[in-house]
Amino acid sequence: MIAIIDYGVGNLFSLSSSLKAIGAEAVVTRDEALIRAADKIILPGVGAFRDAAAKLAETGMDKVVKDEAASGKPLLGICLGMQMLFEKSYEYGEYQGLGLLKGEIVPMEGVVPKDLKLPQMGWNALDLIQPDHPLFKNIKGGDYVYFVHSYYAAGCEDSLIASTEYGVPITAAVAKDNVWGTQFHPEKSGTVGLNILRAFAEA
Amino acid sequence: MISKRIIPCLDVRDGRVVKGVNFEGLRDVNSPVELAKYYSSCGADELVFYDITASSDGRKIFTDILKETASQVFIPLTVGGGISSLDDFDRVLKCGADKVSVNSGAIRNPSLIGEAAKRYGDQCVVLSVDVKRVNGEFRVFAKGGREDTGIEAIEWIRRCVGDGAGELVLNSIDTDGVKKGFDLEMLAAACEVVSVPVIASGGAGCMQDFIDLFKALPKVDAGLAASIFHFGEVEISELKKLMAANGIPARL
Repeated sequence: MIAIIDYGVGNLFSLSSSLKAIGAEAVVTRDEALIRAADKIILPGVGAFRDAAAKLAETGMDKVVKDEAASGKPLLGICLGMQMLFEKSYEYGEYQGLGLLKGEIVPMEGVVPKDLKLPQMGWNALDLIQPDHPLFKNIKGGDYVYFVHSYYAAGCEDSLIASTEYGVPITAAVAKDNVWGTQFHPEKSGTVGLNILRAFAEA
Repeated sequence: MISKRIIPCLDVRDGRVVKGVNFEGLRDVNSPVELAKYYSSCGADELVFYDITASSDGRKIFTDILKETASQVFIPLTVGGGISSLDDFDRVLKCGADKVSVNSGAIRNPSLIGEAAKRYGDQCVVLSVDVKRVNGEFRVFAKGGREDTGIEAIEWIRRCVGDGAGELVLNSIDTDGVKKGFDLEMLAAACEVVSVPVIASGGAGCMQDFIDLFKALPKVDAGLAASIFHFGEVEISELKKLMAANGIPARL
């Protein structure tokens, strides 16, 4: 069973529906016992880093997620959920993340060419840095996935497994041991996205 | 590089797609769920659901349909039609919409876009504008294009994007239904003043119209149409191939 962490950030309807569509058993929950009993954890998230980090702490989910990750349980962060796996974020200030991955969340403004729009909103192609990573077992390089973001993970060379070209290479997916993350939304990325979720569910 | 998006628009009344559709092999061509699944499988990059019911019963049916679609179709869904309050945003977002498009609601309540953007984020709020030329200026029209508001369109667009609209759907009433191509002049004027994604709507009659759009206006991010897709005059999978052949980034 996959526990989707419910900490009051964003809409989890599409995510739980997409897991159901691939035949994975999933629950949206903040019940600590249930999360500890789960085989895998998904940390979702949309919106601003500060609010999400505050809510994760308020609900006590920060500690649960950290403990479970430390125990070796497979963890997948999606979008802002991926960003929270890192050490800190500079979105509207400076905020601490979970520190499960090395790196920090920085604005794309000033990094991507000026003529490109922010947020990056739409479908972009994946460049697989580690094509043999289990997350990619059902997809190939060049497959398109759906992004909506204006900040990205930098200084994460040791966990980078895929990037996407938005004027410059932008972090698209990361993984270190049992801690994985995607900047894009697999639950909104059609068949490719479902194949990525399936790979996580089967990992 | 980010791809140019192709977006079919489904007008839904009392739980059924109107404007008639004409597909062979589709069990129920007027079912929004069936049609959404079909478009998703053809390579549509996003879907717009437009609620054209006026009654509260119709609203309820619409959100049920939306929920059913969102549980089976895993591409971004934008919902519009009758959005005039934060409660409306809440209602459709809970049913699986990713973005909410505001049209007349923003004219009636000018603070709606700002409040919605603050609560749900800019990326969630789409400004939809129906624009027509009147006495040599671009005017915003309300009530499905029937009422001239007297508001100058380009300034209106600039203001709403400044308030937090994260995307713009520009529908040209002048070219809508004419099928002779998108309104490049009007779109160019809007692209000048905004840095958010711009979706062109109104006027597409054939595949070449999309090619001309993306070639002439690199700042346009997406093309939206309804009947030409519903009637099979333009096949999305064929359109994507033609785009790629013309050097336009497309998700195949």
